[in-house]
Amino acid sequence: MSEPVTQVAAVEVRGVDKVFETRSGNVQALEPIDLTVAAGEFVSLIGPSGCGKSTLMRLVADLDEPTAGTVEVFGKTSRRARLDQEYGIAFQQAGLLPWRTVAGNVALPLELHGEASAARASRIAELLDMVGLADFADRYPDQLSGGMQQRVAIARALAERPRLLLMDEPFGALDEMTREKMQTELVRISAETGAAVVFVTHSIPEAVFLSDRVVVMSPRPGRIREIVAMRLGAEAERAERTEELREERVFFDMVTAVREALHGGSPIGTGARGVETR
Amino acid sequence: MRETESARAGRGASAASVSRPGSRYGPGGPTRPARRGGRRLATWLWGLAGIVAIALIWEVYKLLGPADGVVIGDARVLPRTTDLAMPHVWDMIARLGEPVTRSASAQPLWLVIVLAALSTLGIAAVGWLVGLVVGVGLALVMQRWRIAEWGLLPWIVLSQTVPLIAFAPVVKSWGSRVEIGAFEWQDWMSVALIASYLAFFPIAIGALKGLQSPDVIHEELMRSYAAGYWQTLVKLRFPAAVPYLLPALRLGAANAVVGAVVAEVSTGLQGGIGRILIQFAGQASGDPAKAWGPIFGAVVLGLVAAGSVALLGVILGNYRRTEEAS
Repeated sequence: MSEPVTQVAAVEVRGVDKVFETRSGNVQALEPIDLTVAAGEFVSLIGPSGCGKSTLMRLVADLDEPTAGTVEVFGKTSRRARLDQEYGIAFQQAGLLPWRTVAGNVALPLELHGEASAARASRIAELLDMVGLADFADRYPDQLSGGMQQRVAIARALAERPRLLLMDEPFGALDEMTREKMQTELVRISAETGAAVVFVTHSIPEAVFLSDRVVVMSPRPGRIREIVAMRLGAEAERAERTEELREERVFFDMVTAVREALHGGSPIGTGARGVETR
Repeated sequence: MRETESARAGRGASAASVSRPGSRYGPGGPTRPARRGGRRLATWLWGLAGIVAIALIWEVYKLLGPADGVVIGDARVLPRTTDLAMPHVWDMIARLGEPVTRSASAQPLWLVIVLAALSTLGIAAVGWLVGLVVGVGLALVMQRWRIAEWGLLPWIVLSQTVPLIAFAPVVKSWGSRVEIGAFEWQDWMSVALIASYLAFFPIAIGALKGLQSPDVIHEELMRSYAAGYWQTLVKLRFPAAVPYLLPALRLGAANAVVGAVVAEVSTGLQGGIGRILIQFAGQASGDPAKAWGPIFGAVVLGLVAAGSVALLGVILGNYRRTEEAS
């Protein structure tokens, strides 16, 4: 990629490890990890349970602190970046406040940061439009389907126009149909906003469809096994990723590449072999 | 006919609650007010039926029971059925309409009771408010600092084991010595203080549980927004605490009334329902129906107090959506 050298990376993880102290002794959740996510890049973290992919994302979000190493977000410490609202975050559960309407939930971060109410209202309308919920502004979360709730959560994460979006299995609780639809939406939204995305998942097709690069991790202790660059639609204009992509040969090749990386590099199944991963 | 109607209303209601917003399940909408009205009416009817049932049991036992009550061994397990021990229901009701005393200027009994009940209600309300402030304050401290919870909670529980009767006179005698500038401690304040002593307990426990109730995901979300303690409190903890706080406030209101009545009795405060309760009980040998008046008054008082809090719950309905959904 031909970014100017001056552009600062969205996420810069250097030598980060994480040890959880538990009653039965220390658990090494992550062993020293280095990872860089460029501005505007879509990176998925994939791996089996316990590989530390969520932990890594939480370190970037400053929800946990690394035992060693440094995490920088747009050149700032992760703490500074959190205080400056450099990132938006979405979890597996939508986590909407049940007593607030859809609009009220999206408004929450804006309210907390003292945005004037006129600017707030127009921003909310814009966001709800983006996630296709303009007609549902006055509904309450319990009146929405799971997919709709997750859209609200995404709109909320985008409220502050963050340059980085952190997502921890946001579609994990949705059914397959809704899930594919949401993926397409997310591709469109991330193209529209130009935000970098760190996306935690354990679905291989999901990672392949969405990402510029897929970070394959393995457990005990959590570490990066391989980073697989996706080559979908050459230098992928993200907006060009459409439903058709899911049926193209290159898509299946990439799925195979990620699967092989996940299973320790040894070719499995009858998929295409010898795919270059770089 | 009634049954099929209510069944249909019920089905309409469930369709309305599962229907997605903006859906075409329109018919669910219009039936809603009708159903709610019907249910409210049914609630009142059942309540009324309960009261009638109690009156019936009273009268049937009075008619059929032995005059000396039911005695097993030396213990009387059911009361005497004489007019002195168990006046007729209609006598008790009729007595409410008659004057308190034979003096010409005497007010009717019901008016005396209502006035006394209002006086007690006022004192109980002050006690309830104090209990609310103290209870929520303690809950905030306990929520903020784990160590405060460990340190305080056992004492809060212990506080409720002290018999009210024992310390009511103590509070009164301490209070009578309080004098700050123009402010002078009034006897009713002792009663309010004792009422608050009973009221704060459920409020503190309920508020603590409520303040601790937000999901981890919501707390982390607030952290990701760089929201401080107060912002998190106002935007997350208090709203989330509402479903826990409302029943606690209702309990607190009932406790405040009980506390006020008992404190009136034990401090001898004039003007409240506790006082006339004792006074009229003393006259029961000559006028048995009269003694029951203040008892009814106290019951209604408790209902009014708890009902007022229920009204608060209606106002805060949006904060109880999860409660209604489950």
